[in-house]
Amino acid sequence: MGDWIVVPIVLPAVVAALIVLAVRHDIVLQRIFSITSTLALVAISLVLMIFASTNAPEMYALSDWPAPFGIVLVLDRLSAMMVFLTSVLGLGVVLYSSSEWDKRGKHFHALFQFQLMGVNGAFLTGDVFNLFVFFEVLLIASYGLMLHGAGAERLKAGMQYVVVNLTGSSLFLVGVGMIYSVTGTLNMADLAIQVANIAPGDAAILRAGGLILLLVFCVKAALVPIHFWLPGTYANAPAPVAALFAIMTKVGAYSVLRVYTLVFGGTAGDMAWLAEPFILPAALITVTVGMVGVVAAKRLNSLVAFSVIGSMGTLLTAIGLFTPEGISAGLYYLLHSTFSAAALFLIADLVVSRRGQYGDSLHTAPVFHQSGFLAVLFFIGAIGMAGMPPISGFIGKLQILNAARDGDTMIWVWSVILVTSLICIIGFGRAGSVLFWKSASVQGEIVVEDANWPVLPIVAACGMLGCMIALTVFAGPISAYLNGVADQLFDTSQYIRAVLGDGALAQFGQ
Amino acid sequence: MEFLVASSIGLLTTCGTYLLLRGRTFPVVVGLALLSYAVNVFLFAMGRLTINMPPILREGVTEYTDPLPQALVLTAIVISFGMTALIVVLSIRAFLEIGNDHVDGRPVGEPSEAGDKN
Repeated sequence: MGDWIVVPIVLPAVVAALIVLAVRHDIVLQRIFSITSTLALVAISLVLMIFASTNAPEMYALSDWPAPFGIVLVLDRLSAMMVFLTSVLGLGVVLYSSSEWDKRGKHFHALFQFQLMGVNGAFLTGDVFNLFVFFEVLLIASYGLMLHGAGAERLKAGMQYVVVNLTGSSLFLVGVGMIYSVTGTLNMADLAIQVANIAPGDAAILRAGGLILLLVFCVKAALVPIHFWLPGTYANAPAPVAALFAIMTKVGAYSVLRVYTLVFGGTAGDMAWLAEPFILPAALITVTVGMVGVVAAKRLNSLVAFSVIGSMGTLLTAIGLFTPEGISAGLYYLLHSTFSAAALFLIADLVVSRRGQYGDSLHTAPVFHQSGFLAVLFFIGAIGMAGMPPISGFIGKLQILNAARDGDTMIWVWSVILVTSLICIIGFGRAGSVLFWKSASVQGEIVVEDANWPVLPIVAACGMLGCMIALTVFAGPISAYLNGVADQLFDTSQYIRAVLGDGALAQFGQ
Repeated sequence: MEFLVASSIGLLTTCGTYLLLRGRTFPVVVGLALLSYAVNVFLFAMGRLTINMPPILREGVTEYTDPLPQALVLTAIVISFGMTALIVVLSIRAFLEIGNDHVDGRPVGEPSEAGDKN
């Protein structure tokens, strides 16, 4: 596969530059470029994922500098799956925005491609500092997208979003600096070896560095108590951007999973499972805060944003178990929650645009255009998010409960997940009945500026729901793949062999 | 020298954190800038403090300074410079659109029109 590993990063970068330089005046050409590029990404990442499912992890050395001196990209089952997930989500978002949203501001498609580049890079890189750089790339693009077609509320939320993330970036550098100062390397595979053989005197600095990094990743993943930036940002972002941001929180979850199984995982000696005491309690509080927020929300968009926090908590609960079963279940829920969050943001936007002057406030309004059809879509999205059968959220939560069954944390995980699911159902049920049922008896007229409803956004939203249904139908093969992902994560020698070769592995003591 | 560098990092971080927690955008921007200075000096120090040494590693050279933190700092400076420019523009834009320069979009103790919508 070799050189193809770098394509998911290079392709959007080149296309983004082309869009800015060559076709910035022609929205139709921009759309063609952007959609074609995203389609190509879906195809390439699918091939990469099929390759990764049957082969050992593979490494691509940028500029052919050998590891650990140069920067490497690593394709293993986890990174291949995340890249595929990103491109499928990206396709839905770009289709949704290509009818109308991309005309509300400049350079939507260029920023969108840069965002894909940053996210794919963060998933593929095998170097901690390079992870920082790709975090910055995806954040810079996200700042632009967040402020797309600005407005006072959006600027206010955008300002807070930028400040929080800049502070997070500073902390990231502090953590990276501390880790480098005692290990002398930033290559993740090499770090795994160095951390296992750390001198006792340096252990405290390394531990502090590792925990600062954990804090940064948790900011990205919106874990309580550093989740406060998410509701304002997501609720005020343009709908397709909020849908794309569904993958941004997953970048945080991915980084936790990668660094705290590979570098600070079972082989790390004194530093083994560094993140374990922190993730699970924080995640359980996150689920509670998120789902209570769903009930308390007064606007449709903040309701969906809080449900994203809840689903991040659920997913990190599973990852926080740090067992192969937990991680496999968590990853299934990760796939599901990405699609269900994206679908709900898109459906919410369809509803809001048809409600005219009533906007996204959860008050009754007269019946709007296509109310019945959108009610069906909202219903499917909501039962997915709440984790009710028969959609994939149910399977995901069932797997998480099953994974937690044997541990001493079972009572906490079971009670929190089950009770919050009920709270979430109440929240979505209330919102749905206000939006769709009670409207029948309300007199009045809805004033919309532009009553021309394009079909493409509905197709994109249905596509996201279709992905959830596909996750349900193919739950067997997907779970088999995810078990492979978890096995690979726990057998870190595969990753190290791919990056550094067999010689380094001997030093690793396996 | 260790004391000087360590205390200057500490001072920069303290001032940066204090300013970051202020309510108006200008102190917040200055606070972020100070914080990024502190981080840059910190990254430098992580390669160990040496003076007048070449950043070279080859046969015969036993005394050298670690070149990697310098490369990291260079990257960090470029990124934080760009970010500072962005947030300056953003806060001016926010000031023009919202009509005041508070991070929350309203002066302390004064509910905004949008306040009850959240």
